[in-house]
Amino acid sequence: MTIEDFGRLLRARAITAENVTNECLRRIEADNARLNAFILVMADEARRQAREADRELARGHDRGPLHGVPVSIKDLVDIRGVPTTAASRVRDGHIADRDAPAITHLRQAGAVIIGKTNLHEFAFGTTNEDSAFGPARNPHDPSRSPGGSSGGSAASIVAGMALASVGSDTGGSIRIPAAACGTVGLKPTFGEISLDGVVPMSRTLDHLGPLAQTVTDACLMYHALLGDPAAIPPAPMPINGLRLAVPRPYFCDVLDDDVRAQFEAALARLREAGARVDDIEIHHAADIVPVYFHISFVDTATYHAPTLEAMPERYTEPVRLRLEAGRYVLAEDYVRALAGREVLRREVDAALAQHDALVLPTMPIPAPTIGATTVPVSGSEQPVRSMMLRLTQLFNLTGHPALAIPAGATRTGLPVSVQLVGCRAQTDALLKVALACESYIAGIPPPRSGVGG
Amino acid sequence: MTIDEWLQAALADADRRGLPGLKPVLEALAKATKALRAADFNDDARGKST
Repeated sequence: MTIEDFGRLLRARAITAENVTNECLRRIEADNARLNAFILVMADEARRQAREADRELARGHDRGPLHGVPVSIKDLVDIRGVPTTAASRVRDGHIADRDAPAITHLRQAGAVIIGKTNLHEFAFGTTNEDSAFGPARNPHDPSRSPGGSSGGSAASIVAGMALASVGSDTGGSIRIPAAACGTVGLKPTFGEISLDGVVPMSRTLDHLGPLAQTVTDACLMYHALLGDPAAIPPAPMPINGLRLAVPRPYFCDVLDDDVRAQFEAALARLREAGARVDDIEIHHAADIVPVYFHISFVDTATYHAPTLEAMPERYTEPVRLRLEAGRYVLAEDYVRALAGREVLRREVDAALAQHDALVLPTMPIPAPTIGATTVPVSGSEQPVRSMMLRLTQLFNLTGHPALAIPAGATRTGLPVSVQLVGCRAQTDALLKVALACESYIAGIPPPRSGVGG
Repeated sequence: MTIDEWLQAALADADRRGLPGLKPVLEALAKATKALRAADFNDDARGKST
């Protein structure tokens, strides 16, 4: 059930928020032991909120599209009175003393907060394997990663445990799990949604945003997170004449065969519908990885330096080692990376000057097997972590809004995803493009969780 | 400091701190730093000639 469907049925008195919340809680009880999507289930509080939402609606108080909608929250966002674990033993004993502004906005919008979801420890990873609470698992195949770092958020939606979720994205941590699990994931423009009360990874790369079942639902969540709960989704841009740009060099060089096939099929459907699809080049794309590596590692290590010295044993070993590596970067190389970041930002701006959006795959590979460090891609072995980050991290460096949309599946049934990227400070314009493209990219109706019918 | 000098110093420090697991991460970082320093957007005190 999408948020749109929920709202229509709720207002027709065909369902109640309490019943749908109970159905989500039933799914959690049935499947969380297998998927490990939730670190904390807030069942009693969620039921109380849902009953209150039903009472409010009965009194004629309608808070808007998220009224009574059960949502999950990545466990690095503060919710008053409960721990923010960031999936780390470093945070043992923490209790948040207030709601993050994003949570306040969701409460004002009437959302029912059903629980806090699993993540890669401190959001510093793409697979969700390194978590103090054990790995989250992909509902399509529990032997596989749900992506990361917001893996529990994506899994919770696909498994029908929540209608939508809030994640964070520092190198792709909303879009990567959206791609791995087959949901929509939106990283808005940098700085749009408040990061107060959110455990940081990099204060210059972090973004908060929604994961949802459809672009419309992502739009509703995005506006609620902004503090604009009554906003209705914008009208789609006309597909005929839409100007899309495919950055082929680098972004399409290393792709799993099935990902490539689904991507090209999506482009063909968009062209057939009347969109103009041009090939373009981001000239310094080969510098993305070294630029991102230096900035993200140093930013993250800075925040963790005191706890790396005081309680290093509380980190999972892979995360601790990456954090420690960031402390060895020379200042001069960090400054070089900042210069490269500006070059890349200008090149993405230039690429978008003549186009409505960039279109590219979200992830070059389908969800990897948990525990794998390399993955075969078109006949060669590639590192899992760098493959998963390869197509998303640029837009954290540049701050452009980017959105992952399901684009069919591999021959073995694993989700494939296409990414759209829009102009900075124009997230709504990107959503209009995405609304126009969604069904052509999917090639099939968007996935439904099945909650409540 | 050249990248080779930096890497040797970093590896020695990691070894001194009892963190042998850092070796592959530092080697990957050195590779990234080499690429970063080779990028054409870097300034150079010699200036650019046309």
